[in-house]
Amino acid sequence: MSIKVHISNVSKIYKGTTQDVHALNNVNLDIKEKEFVCVIGSSGCGKSTLLNILAGLDTPTSGTIEIDGNPIFGTGSDRGVVFQQYALFPWLTVAKNVAFGLKIQKLPKAVVDEKVDHYLKSVGLLDFKNAFPKELSGGMKQRVAIARAYAVNPRVLLMDEPFGALDAQTRTQLQSELLATWQEEKKTCFFITHDVDEAVFLSQRVVIMSPRPGRIKSIVDIPISYPRTTEVKFTQEFNDIKNEIWKEVYKEYLAEKK
Amino acid sequence: MKNTKKLKYMYTAISIFIALASWYLISNSIAGAVIASPVDTFNSFMKEMSSGRLLNHISISLFRVSAGFTIAFFASIPIAFLMGWYKPVELLIGPIIQFVRNIPALAYIPLIVVAQGVGESAKITVIFISTFLVMIITVYQGIKEVDITLIKAARVLGATDKDIFFRVVIPASIPYILIGARLGLGASLTTLIAAELTGSNAGLGQMIQEASLYFRMNIVMLGIIIIGIVGVGLNIVVSLIENKLTMWQDKVKK
Repeated sequence: MSIKVHISNVSKIYKGTTQDVHALNNVNLDIKEKEFVCVIGSSGCGKSTLLNILAGLDTPTSGTIEIDGNPIFGTGSDRGVVFQQYALFPWLTVAKNVAFGLKIQKLPKAVVDEKVDHYLKSVGLLDFKNAFPKELSGGMKQRVAIARAYAVNPRVLLMDEPFGALDAQTRTQLQSELLATWQEEKKTCFFITHDVDEAVFLSQRVVIMSPRPGRIKSIVDIPISYPRTTEVKFTQEFNDIKNEIWKEVYKEYLAEKK
Repeated sequence: MKNTKKLKYMYTAISIFIALASWYLISNSIAGAVIASPVDTFNSFMKEMSSGRLLNHISISLFRVSAGFTIAFFASIPIAFLMGWYKPVELLIGPIIQFVRNIPALAYIPLIVVAQGVGESAKITVIFISTFLVMIITVYQGIKEVDITLIKAARVLGATDKDIFFRVVIPASIPYILIGARLGLGASLTTLIAAELTGSNAGLGQMIQEASLYFRMNIVMLGIIIIGIVGVGLNIVVSLIENKLTMWQDKVKK
């Protein structure tokens, strides 16, 4: 498959008062079309900075990012983002939240309504279309945020620890749902997490980052075939991969401690 | 739910009763020489109502409040938005507001009277100043508090600066605009009465002032009570608007 996202020599330095912070140091990564990539790493490894740069919310100090061979400038509807804090507009109903990006594109009302219904149905929240975000649980809010990101039909989906604030049960459920949605309508996914289990379950490749300076430490392929269900997590293969990644992360932790 | 509402009304009734009883007791004590009793006050209320004088005072005062308040409302919001949105505007206007906000609007009265005389425009100017300051500070604060994640979320959904302003910043600031309106109304009422006390031909403040000259304490008391009722009434109006416009807010149930 072709290369969708081409990250080359990306560095980000934040000027500090006492010393500069190297949030990202020479990051290179190619993500294939419709590939699901997870990024893990401890806090300060620059994974969120990388996501913000990919989203166009931040600019790299040096290096370039290309999507389909074209360098990116600022935000664009080719990239959708799902934030950890849901980021739903509290004054808009569920349906109007999902419609937000579509209305900005000035699509005809009939098209907007149809898309809103379609994506709310796919996340199982059609019955809640007239509810306000305050009436929803955390898991439901994140489903709305995913529907909203999908609705504008981005080619790349960027997710910043989207399930980080949810309880274990809801998290497992949303992981399966996300995979089901992705199977149905494949996007290139760049998914940040600090949960090894989640990374292995979701992705085709796990990118391990390490801090100070933020950089890519190693990349592990996950050869488990899709569709994956929660049962996958009980297999030997799954656990072997998980342990391998854990060892990498743990080495990182030991190195940190020194 | 229904019971708590009933209970609330019951407490309100008791609270009014206690206030009236204390008023009655005080007016029957030695202080009675100055403080008219509820009965006297009520009688003068009926008399002033039937003569039409009271309604005239109330409508003149309300006219001044609404004029000053409305101008301040529509002037403060765009300036507050500009301050919250454009750093240079913030840096230019911020210090001036910080300086002016601590000066009571009453201090300007002599200046305004000299400049504008004792007519309506002087009253409206004083009300405008006090309301404008309260509102601009509150609304500006609100704009500063808009959740940055929401702005990011809008941006990645393709929103331009204009979209973000109209679809995110304004709706997110509505609760603050309403708080500003509430505080502004309080400030405008306070200022109005003070302005009317210092010289006017009509209005609730003037009514109190004139009555005190002739030691008609029942009219003074009536004026005070009516000002209180007008204040409560205006607050109820703002609350109703608030409930309609901010029902989406995740509020702690009171």
